[in-house]
Amino acid sequence: MFTYILYALAIGGLILSFIKDRQKTKAALMKALRSFENILPQLLAVLLLVGMALSILDEATISRLLGKESGIIGMLIAAVLGAVTLIPGFVAFPLAASLLDAGAGYGQITMFVSTLMMVGIVTLPMESKFFGKKAALRRNAFAMIYACAAAFLMGGILS
Amino acid sequence: MNKLKAIVKRYRLFLLFLAVNLLLLLFAPEYGAAAFKKAGSNLKEMLSILPPIFILLGLMDVWLKRETMMRLMGKGSGIKGAALAFLLGSAAAGPLYAAFPVAAIMLKKGATLFNMFLFIGAWSTTKIPLLLFEASNLGIPYTLLRLAFNLVGIVLIAFLLERSLTEEDRKAVAEQAQKN
Repeated sequence: MFTYILYALAIGGLILSFIKDRQKTKAALMKALRSFENILPQLLAVLLLVGMALSILDEATISRLLGKESGIIGMLIAAVLGAVTLIPGFVAFPLAASLLDAGAGYGQITMFVSTLMMVGIVTLPMESKFFGKKAALRRNAFAMIYACAAAFLMGGILS
Repeated sequence: MNKLKAIVKRYRLFLLFLAVNLLLLLFAPEYGAAAFKKAGSNLKEMLSILPPIFILLGLMDVWLKRETMMRLMGKGSGIKGAALAFLLGSAAAGPLYAAFPVAAIMLKKGATLFNMFLFIGAWSTTKIPLLLFEASNLGIPYTLLRLAFNLVGIVLIAFLLERSLTEEDRKAVAEQAQKN
């Protein structure tokens, strides 16, 4: 159902755009293709990695590491994973869904997703170059605190 | 030849995992087969939902004029400017580090620090195509709940960041942004 709505939106948008400006529509499609090709290497790699990880780690292990009962340690593992890795959202959400299916807790998954999106240790030097070290460090620190708050709240509400 | 090399380099992580998975299939067929099956079914699901998302993303990128919006987010733009910053960040595409140069240009063209941090926050977590994707993977209740927290969190972070930086810090940020 959800997928159909998406397709309807995309096709409708394309038709509207095509009526207004062919050239721009072509550019939009090229951009779509390019951004897809952009994430493809990481997407394929992560899909394989997730497949292997989930076939080797059984549900018991995953829920021990990231499950509801993993508590603070699980949160910590999720936070480090999220803050250090650079996984695009299009790859992270399926990964998060697989982990949830395999027994991870909502709090831990929210921690992972939130830190992944807002905190970037690897890109900190780059961020500092644009905004200066102080502002960049502060932004990441605030984002980390926020991720913790969101994780504990979501974990509490959804469990 | 060089092109092939570039492709191999881009896909090296994938090729590495593929090799590991093949080895697994060879020496531990049970695990290897299960891994491939899992990856295959995930890939199929992905390929059914990604095309419309990327088309929407491309359309937004082409039709949204960045320069005009930037003008609207400076001092005195108030709630309207803040809302615009939020929307612009949400309509964007790409990883967070791609937002930094855009945010620097916004600052350079006169957007306020608060609006710029709102923009970065929105870019990082409330991107519309990504929300659609999140909902399809983790369900609508989870996505809406996280979105609600995110809206509060992003505004709070932007507010605290602007407040916690002294006048000197702000000048330094502006100067740093000018350099790029």
